[in-house]
Amino acid sequence: MLDGVPQYLASGLVVGGIYALIGLGFVIVFSVTRIVNFAQGEFVMLGALLMVTWQARGLGTPAAFVLTVLVVAAVGAVLERVAVRPLRRASGLSVLILTIGAAIALRGAGLVVWGTDPFAVAAFSPGPPLRIAGAVVVRQGLWVLGVAAVVFALLWWFFTRTYAGTAVRACAVNPRAARLMGIRVDRVFLLAFALSGALGAVAGAVVAPITYATYDMGLMLGLKGFVAAVLGGLVSPAGAIAGGFLLGVLESMAAGLLSSAYKDAVAFIVLIAVCLAQVTGRLPWRMVEEE
Amino acid sequence: MGSARRRALLLVVAAMIVAALPAAVPSRYVLSTLVFVALHALAALGLSLVMGFAGQVSLGQAAFFAIGAYVSGVLTASHGWNGWVALALATAAGAVTALAVGGPIFRLSGLLLAMATLGFGIIVYYVLVNWSDVTGGPSGLTGIPPLAIGGFRFDTDARVFRLAWGALLLVLWLTGNLVDSRVGRALRAVAASEAAAEAAGIHAARLKLGVFALAGAITALAGGLYAHYVAFINPSPFGFAYSVELVVMVVLGGVASLWGAVLGAAAVVALVEILRAALPALTASHGAAEYEIVVFGLILMVFMIFLPAGLSGGRRPA
Repeated sequence: MLDGVPQYLASGLVVGGIYALIGLGFVIVFSVTRIVNFAQGEFVMLGALLMVTWQARGLGTPAAFVLTVLVVAAVGAVLERVAVRPLRRASGLSVLILTIGAAIALRGAGLVVWGTDPFAVAAFSPGPPLRIAGAVVVRQGLWVLGVAAVVFALLWWFFTRTYAGTAVRACAVNPRAARLMGIRVDRVFLLAFALSGALGAVAGAVVAPITYATYDMGLMLGLKGFVAAVLGGLVSPAGAIAGGFLLGVLESMAAGLLSSAYKDAVAFIVLIAVCLAQVTGRLPWRMVEEE
Repeated sequence: MGSARRRALLLVVAAMIVAALPAAVPSRYVLSTLVFVALHALAALGLSLVMGFAGQVSLGQAAFFAIGAYVSGVLTASHGWNGWVALALATAAGAVTALAVGGPIFRLSGLLLAMATLGFGIIVYYVLVNWSDVTGGPSGLTGIPPLAIGGFRFDTDARVFRLAWGALLLVLWLTGNLVDSRVGRALRAVAASEAAAEAAGIHAARLKLGVFALAGAITALAGGLYAHYVAFINPSPFGFAYSVELVVMVVLGGVASLWGAVLGAAAVVALVEILRAALPALTASHGAAEYEIVVFGLILMVFMIFLPAGLSGGRRPA
């Protein structure tokens, strides 16, 4: 039974890379706006299905990828401008319900445009699976990890080395002080949503060749990404990345060693456990402070 | 109190309409649709207490509906229990589960609570799917008998219509009285300002937990009635989507009023039926039911932005 462990670890890390990308989207929006954006998972769905569309139009993978990320980033920005901004002064729960509405509407839009059939998406590089340290890894799995690593590095550079990134961090620490320092908080909100859209699109585009793309894939992936973010404290990008990989490996191990029936329940057991640990103060790391 | 008398009058009128309507409406389709309005309204009523008085959103309320349906369904269909005893136990199971789950998670607030209830709802769903020895798994549970008093069986749409609406009106009357009582005043105080209420000697956490348990019981009762009406249950209608649908009903109807849940449930059911009737031409490829979700999403957004108090007006939600 333990023979499978390298395989479970490898599969878990690949899935974990996806959860980490999605979780980062939650963290960027939450740390700046204190909003849990339920529509995050639908950005993933849009990313996957747009890849299908561009590939069907004959675009190569790199062009399709860039176009997909740009379009979904724009969707994220529009969501902020049209729906979130009018509710700036409303309570967190009102905005949560709003983003649930946005998620349902986007999923519905996906259904109207692409229908209910799952689409196969061409892998970024064709070829048979590779054997690495006793585990079989599909080539796309390496793409997932590689793209995730590049995205993490780019984000690190953006947040620590650029003016705009520093402004985003300033807003996350204290929006009022940031405004007094001349940072336009509205623009930072817009940027945060656009970035989270882009992150969701990247996750969707790289995962689609492994899982197929369907209009309803966003709900579960979004929830898992959220659990990854919560696991990492919901305001920490590094925490979300670690949380994503941890959740992916946990799920894969649970499915392999215990029972595959409850694989999807693992994430939610973790979610409740982390929420409870938060109240009882047993969490070894800092968790979000509620407004 | 004037409001108590007005409410009693309203309920008596409503009860008379409920008693008379089946004779006036011979259409089984209309009656059956109205049965579902009552059942969804009852389920949403539980959630609206949580949203309106505890100021919290439960994203796992469908789990209580499922618990009610499965407890009553399993006890009667698999073990041959009396339907009313099973229904009472189902209702109690809703309350007990809410207390057990709510005990720890109601110490969370706002977002974390919403998320923990979401996790709870999804876990219950997986248990229903995987615990197939008892629940029948994905293929479900068949042969749930209708409720009966002696030889009188609630097995026609007209009879279930009176039963479901009777239950709804009874619960509306009871919760209405509760809201007007000392407990209700304490609840409203907590909803307005928790700190001020606690300063006045109200144990806010215990009250909120009580509301959650009551909500669990009411939603489970709706689930039990649903199981005896449809005779066949499987896990798919009790997923996260139904939890969201209940939130839509409450937001649509408005959390400030108990009748808001009824209004919201009626609006959602009517919307679904209208879409089903209007859309087939447009959606020949995959049934109109799938397209409901676009409209639900847009409605939820529009209401949160422009009409946060819902159709029944009044106080802003949480």
